[in-house]
Amino acid sequence: MARNSQRPLSPHLTIWKWGPHMLVSILHRATGTALAIGGGVLLVWWLVALAGGEASYARFVDLMTSDSTGRLNWLPTLVMVGLTWSFLQHLCSGVRHLLLDTGAGYELKINKAGAVATLAVSILLTLLIWVPIFYRGAL
Amino acid sequence: MGNGTSIGRVRGLGSAHAGVKHWWHQRLTAGSNLLLVTWLVVSLFRLPLWNYKALVLWLSSPWASVPLILAVISVFYHLRLGLQVVIEDYQHDFTRVIAIVLLNFYAIGGAALAIYAILKVAFQGAIA
Repeated sequence: MARNSQRPLSPHLTIWKWGPHMLVSILHRATGTALAIGGGVLLVWWLVALAGGEASYARFVDLMTSDSTGRLNWLPTLVMVGLTWSFLQHLCSGVRHLLLDTGAGYELKINKAGAVATLAVSILLTLLIWVPIFYRGAL
Repeated sequence: MGNGTSIGRVRGLGSAHAGVKHWWHQRLTAGSNLLLVTWLVVSLFRLPLWNYKALVLWLSSPWASVPLILAVISVFYHLRLGLQVVIEDYQHDFTRVIAIVLLNFYAIGGAALAIYAILKVAFQGAIA
């Protein structure tokens, strides 16, 4: 699209004071993109590794968890924790969007509380899932 | 923007009249994702994930393989719609076309690979 650089732009991101609703909005896009690429590739990888037989699946499990010496592969672990939080954040934020689509929840206080709630629930559930896994040394 | 004039349509400006379907399918697959992916996550927590034989046995049941195939279709359709919006917001002209084509390859290719893998495990597990 051709744009005349002499013309002023409407007020954009940098001019507004940040609030939770803005953070949750951009996080919905960021977590959605992370899930679409990272989560999608990992899901296909997992299924193809499983279809490849016992040895191929064992290699996948070793890569995603601990190697033969029992040392934790921290990068795949970090990716899995990140994707868990991304999934939960996108889920909560998505449900919030479905509610907003009905026209409900646009009052300032309710809207802000809803945005904060998605963050609180996603972080809390991520901890509830991963702390026991690390505690039991299940990786 | 072409507002429905003949020359506007020739230049490909204005509405493609596909927006409502896109919007609705995004919400529809959000709903089906909510059910199917929640089922998948709960199932994965109940399974011994490191155990190959247990997973093959799980997928040999149509009550696991079929919802998993539906989840793959729902997720890849949803992500195709979602990433399309992201691409259209940030990419313009030629790079937009390339990005949309790559997105379609990724979404269809990824879903096809996943479904093939599920069916292979499901049918093998039924024989074994």
